[in-house]
Amino acid sequence: MRSGLSQVYHVARRSVVRQARQPANVVAPVIFPLGLLAVNSGGLQAATLISGFPTNRFVAFALAIPFLQGALFATMNAGTDLARDIQTGFLNRLSLTPMRGAALIVGQLAGVAAVALVQAVFYVGTAYAVDVHPESGPAGVLVLLALAVAIAIGFGAVGVFMALRTGSGEAVQGLFPVLFVFLLVSSMNFPRNLIEADWFRWLANVNPVSYLIEGVRSLIIEGWNGEALGLAFAISAGLLALALLASALALRQRMTRT
Amino acid sequence: MIRDFRNVAFAVGWRTIHNVFHNPSLLFPGLAFPLINFAAFAGGLSRLRHVPGFDYAPGYSGFQFCFVLLQSAAFGGVFTGFGIARDFEYGFARRLLLSATRRSGIIAGYAIGALVRYLLTAAVVTGVAIGAGMRIKGNGIDLVGVYTLAVLVNVAFLLWACGVAMRFQSVQAGPIMQTPVFLILFFAPVYVPLDLLRGWIHSLAVANPLTRLIEAVRSLLAGHPAEVGAAYGVGFALIALFALWALAALRSAEARG
Repeated sequence: MRSGLSQVYHVARRSVVRQARQPANVVAPVIFPLGLLAVNSGGLQAATLISGFPTNRFVAFALAIPFLQGALFATMNAGTDLARDIQTGFLNRLSLTPMRGAALIVGQLAGVAAVALVQAVFYVGTAYAVDVHPESGPAGVLVLLALAVAIAIGFGAVGVFMALRTGSGEAVQGLFPVLFVFLLVSSMNFPRNLIEADWFRWLANVNPVSYLIEGVRSLIIEGWNGEALGLAFAISAGLLALALLASALALRQRMTRT
Repeated sequence: MIRDFRNVAFAVGWRTIHNVFHNPSLLFPGLAFPLINFAAFAGGLSRLRHVPGFDYAPGYSGFQFCFVLLQSAAFGGVFTGFGIARDFEYGFARRLLLSATRRSGIIAGYAIGALVRYLLTAAVVTGVAIGAGMRIKGNGIDLVGVYTLAVLVNVAFLLWACGVAMRFQSVQAGPIMQTPVFLILFFAPVYVPLDLLRGWIHSLAVANPLTRLIEAVRSLLAGHPAEVGAAYGVGFALIALFALWALAALRSAEARG
C-alpha cells in the first residue's frame, strides 16, 4: 500500500513538474477559452433579450464554457505527455521496474488535476473581474472548483486512454476536434429549452457535455441546483470510470512484461 | 516569361490539388470544419432570429451561411498554408525553388490549389445550407457577387498563410497562420447583425475590415446589395497587401537557400 502511494506520488510529481515546465500547456488552456468567452459574450449578448433567457448578462451564462474547454486541453496535455513517454521508450523502461500500472495512470491524472485547479481558479477570478458573482456564494465557488477538477480528471482519463491505445501524440491531438464537436453540439450557447431546432435540441439533450456545462452554470447563475450538480458529478465520475477501465486494459497490453 | 510563370503555377497547382484530393486526412477536415460550425450556429442559435431588431429575409440559416462561407474561404487558404509549410519541412520546397524557372509562379500555383479546394467546400456548404432551409433572395448577379467575394477572401488568406509558411518553414507555425484569422473572423458580426452588437465588440466589428465583406455577402444573399463596393475594395486591398507579404517571404526563402 505504502509502496503504491509512493509510486503514485513520484509519477504525479513528475506529471505536475512536466506541466509546469511547458508554459504553453498552462497558458493556452487559460488564454484560448477566455478569448472565446470574450468574443461570444460580446457577440451573443443580444440573446439575453429572448424571453425566458435565464440571465441578463451573457458573460455569466457563458462562463461555464471555459471550464469545459480547459478540460479538453487537459485531455490533450495528459494524452500527449503520456504518448511522448511511449514514443521515447520511457514506458518500456518503466515496465522493467516494479511500477504498478494503476499508479502510473493515477499519477498522470494528478498532473491534470493540478493544472485544472489553476485554470479553474483563474476562470473564477475572471468571473469576479467582470463583475459576475456566483449565485451560490463562497461555498459554491469551492464546489465549482471541485467540479472543474472532477470534469478535467474525467476528460484527462480519456486522453490517457487514447495515448495508451494509439501510442501517438499526433493521434491524441487529432482527438481535439472530435471532442470539440461535443462542446459545440451542447447547451453551450443556449439553454436546452430555448433551442429552436428540434434536431439540435435532441442532440443537446443526449449529449452528456450539456449536463456538465449546466452543472457548472447552475452554481454561477442559479445558486444551488441539486439535480444539475448531481448529474454533472455523476457524469464526470462515469466518464472517469469508463476511461480508467479502458486505460487499464490498454495499459496491460502496452506494458507487457517479458 | 509569362509562359514560365504559367507552367510553374499550373504544375504546383496540380500537385496541390492532387495531394489534397487523394488524401482524405487533408480533404475531410477542410470540409467538416465549416459544416460543424454551420450546424452549431444555424442549428443551435436559430432562436436569435427572434431578437428584436433582427430582420433577415433568408432566415437564420442564410445569415450563418454567409459567415461560414467566408470562414471556410479564409481557412481554406490557411489549410493550404499548412501544406506549404510541410513542403518546406520535408525539403520538397527547396527542390521546387531550384527547379522553378519563375518562382512567383509557385505562390500562384498554391493559390490555384487553394481555390479548387475551396470551390468544393463552398459547393458542399451551399448544398447543406439550402437543405437546412436557407432562402436565397438575391438574383443570379447577386450570387455571383457572393461567391466572388468569398474567392477574394480565399486568395487573400492563402497569401497570408503562404507568407507565414515560407518564413517559418515549419508546420509548427500553424498557430501563427490560423489564430489571427480566427480572431479577425470572430471580431466581425458573427451571430447577429452589426446594429445589434453593443459595447467593445461593436467598436471592434466596425473597425474590422472583414465586417464589410460579411455584411456585403449577407446583403447580396438577401437581394438588397449594400456596401458591395467597399467589400470589393477591402478584398482587393487584402490581396494586394498579403501578395507583397508572400512575395517578400518567397525572397526570404530564396535567400536562405
